[in-house]
Amino acid sequence: MSQAGKIARRTFLIGSATIVGGVAFGTYLAKRAIPNPLLQDLADGEAAITPYVKIEANGITLITPRADKGQGSYSIQASLIAEELDIDPVTATISPGMPGPAYFNSAVLQEGVPFPAYDQGAVAETMRSFMAVPAKIFQMQVTGGSSTVPDSYIKLRMAGAVARETLKEAAAQRAGVSRTELKTDAGRVILPDGTQISYVDLAADAATIDPITDVTLRDPSEWRLLGKVNAKRLDMVAKCTGTEIYGIDYAVEGMVYASVRANPGIGGDLLSFNASAAEAMRGVQKIVPIKHGVGVIADNTWRAFQAVNAIECEWSAGPYPASSIEMFDILEKAVDNEDMYDHRQRDEGDVSGALERGEVIEATYRIPYLAHAPLEPMNAIARVTNTACEIWTGTQIPLFIRNKAAQLTGLDEEQVFVYVQPMGGSFGHKLEMTHVEQAVELAMAVKGTPVKMTWSREEDMTHDYPRPAAVSRGRGKVADGKVDTFDLSVSQSALTPNWFGRLTGTTIPGPDATITTGSWDQPFDIPNYRVTGYRAPDMVPVSSWRSVGASGNGFFHDCFLDELIHAAGVDPLAERIRLCLDDASRKVLETVGDMSRWDGSTPGENRGRGVAFCMSFGVPVAQVIEVTKTDAGIKIDKVFCVVDSGPVLDPTNFEAQVFGGVIFGLGHAMNAELTYENHAPQQDNFHAYEGMRLYQTPVIEVKALSNASKIRGIGEPGVPPAAPALANAIFAATGQRIRELPLNKHINFV
Amino acid sequence: MKLTVNGTDHEVDVEPEMPLLWVLRDELGITGPKYGCGIAQCGACTVHIDGEAVRSCQLEIGDLDGVVTTIEGLGTRAALHVVQEAWIEHQVAQCGYCQSGQIMSAASFLDTNSRPTDDDIDDAMSANLCRCGTYPRIRAAVKSAAAKLNGT
Repeated sequence: MSQAGKIARRTFLIGSATIVGGVAFGTYLAKRAIPNPLLQDLADGEAAITPYVKIEANGITLITPRADKGQGSYSIQASLIAEELDIDPVTATISPGMPGPAYFNSAVLQEGVPFPAYDQGAVAETMRSFMAVPAKIFQMQVTGGSSTVPDSYIKLRMAGAVARETLKEAAAQRAGVSRTELKTDAGRVILPDGTQISYVDLAADAATIDPITDVTLRDPSEWRLLGKVNAKRLDMVAKCTGTEIYGIDYAVEGMVYASVRANPGIGGDLLSFNASAAEAMRGVQKIVPIKHGVGVIADNTWRAFQAVNAIECEWSAGPYPASSIEMFDILEKAVDNEDMYDHRQRDEGDVSGALERGEVIEATYRIPYLAHAPLEPMNAIARVTNTACEIWTGTQIPLFIRNKAAQLTGLDEEQVFVYVQPMGGSFGHKLEMTHVEQAVELAMAVKGTPVKMTWSREEDMTHDYPRPAAVSRGRGKVADGKVDTFDLSVSQSALTPNWFGRLTGTTIPGPDATITTGSWDQPFDIPNYRVTGYRAPDMVPVSSWRSVGASGNGFFHDCFLDELIHAAGVDPLAERIRLCLDDASRKVLETVGDMSRWDGSTPGENRGRGVAFCMSFGVPVAQVIEVTKTDAGIKIDKVFCVVDSGPVLDPTNFEAQVFGGVIFGLGHAMNAELTYENHAPQQDNFHAYEGMRLYQTPVIEVKALSNASKIRGIGEPGVPPAAPALANAIFAATGQRIRELPLNKHINFV
Repeated sequence: MKLTVNGTDHEVDVEPEMPLLWVLRDELGITGPKYGCGIAQCGACTVHIDGEAVRSCQLEIGDLDGVVTTIEGLGTRAALHVVQEAWIEHQVAQCGYCQSGQIMSAASFLDTNSRPTDDDIDDAMSANLCRCGTYPRIRAAVKSAAAKLNGT
């Protein structure tokens, strides 16, 4: 049977949803057109030529449906539209729009296919193209998976071009000339005689003609906005003047303030509570029992915090093991346990045979649970009446929220309105909606009154659905100064089914690829090469954390490879380059060597240099880290980072995202973990969980290559190589091989 | 209880224990100062009291003695403070949630030390947490602002 035949019969776990032999069914459904949601409430004289461009008397609105959690998605989406529409995006209103099926994300599921991203053969590409089908059917208006740019790159430029040509057609008809004679500039159509007609003036005419869809995108050499080094983010001035309005800042007239406490053992019940002290506190309006906990509605957030903390609660035990010790025991017992086998997407050569003879190198690695801890705690405003539910919140999943709110309130989905707000960070946290459900529950208790619910930092950190802990065992062999056998087993609780089940109530059959994402799919050619995922039982409910599966697998795969390379007695960079089978990835490794002047020597006494590589979300990233061993601990001196995500649309923000990824990866690798006792995390605020601070931040040099054939997102791929590059550098400087994160359990940092 | 914020006098009826942060945010609707931790660990709530950087989540309103300046009062879109200019020039913010506090800390710090060394900057700015990882650009922007203040 052909490879495609085998694949079609398998059940795919595709990042967030499963198709069971469903391609044909899906194609049928996916061919149905989705109506343009902007047409629903258009006034006379207004035009919505595509779902992304709305023109009204007071100006142009660009719809940017991928949520901005700090990564700059609004700016890049607006620039993609504006590039073809011929407007200055600064002059437009930028709006996430109302959630709608038209805004499904065609790219977010693409790398869930069982092909490594560097495989761009016909079968792999065909399967990727199918992934838009479930994305459309499941209404995946999701921001995540570093998919905004790949999803938007053509779609939003097309939206701008269609709108431009349609406006030109309207002008052509009005002036009695041919559309081909017209030009556009700065929001105006220019007639052959030099007369200018503003787009706003043409809106009423444009609304009456069929959109011109036969358009050609401009060549990148003609771009005015994209790819320019002087690009400025549209939200920068607001964010530097305190005037950006995040969800937590939003105000609805007449709103009250609230907070909640839920069982610290997530999913456990509230057995009983005594709120008599809270009820007597100033400003408290109502005590409301909610699912798994209790909330307080008050006239000020701080008063709500004080009151909710004054409630005496008796909790049932959380529905999972009580302590980290028990959890890691379960994870360790699951590795290489055939009863826990989940999937094996890489099995080359004869690994079992090779490991039966000669000297086997074996090592066990561990990574902890991690909180997302964006600086803006979870919050939502909800107002529920008998005919509508309105929600204002920063979120990556507006349609899931709409559907859930409809269930909770008994209203139709069309009666639920989700107004997406800018987010003060997310890192995956805002792929969840427990806090929104709580806000809706509270709002149902005071119908007609808007309720702004805010989690305290302590509630946020202890009710984060964390990055799963994992254990990995590597076994390998070297021969003739080469890595010969690489066998990696990873055990982790399932992530995607856990998350999707929480959001939809639907269970997902089949394997969970996230267990080995970032290790099975690396572009190396090793004679005997195997990666196996073992699925530990569900424990703490878990979620996606910036770079998802690759956040841990990047560490496991690269550090164990580093161990084998050292055992082979060869140069860490040279051997990675020798093993690499993907041209773009090899170039990334070679370039990071040039940048760091890697010549195989140690950089000096008490100093060490480590290299690491991980391809995630299709983006090869190599990092070299230099450290110094001081009397007080390890100092990270410098990070060199080379990335190939295809053409860079905003070089300034691109560099910022790579800086952020490196710092996020390093800070957590050094300093952060959630440990559990009595079913709850012991770290409940930033004194115990801080990632990286400025004094520990190294100098970071970033270089972008564009040898890769596809355009990719860069929000996440900078993260995975940071932890292994640091651990490998510490080994080079000290001889100490640390196989457990955070590294500060074993070594100090300055 | 009376207080002056960004040059405007206000009177609020709250208990003296309420932190200044929540008086500003929920009583006066001044939302530039952010809630991040409530225990002076993140610095997102930083404001100036008579020009000095203070964590407003830890200052009870009853203990307030001085005039309050928030990020909104430091500079505006039309009249930016030199630190805000530097932040925009270096495109520092990502999510931006910590940046009100970062800018207020930097402005107060540069008021007392306009020729900071790299170590001075690390010491002064490490109490402000950024989860997005904007630190390299914070360093660069503080240096730019210092240079501008010195006319160099």
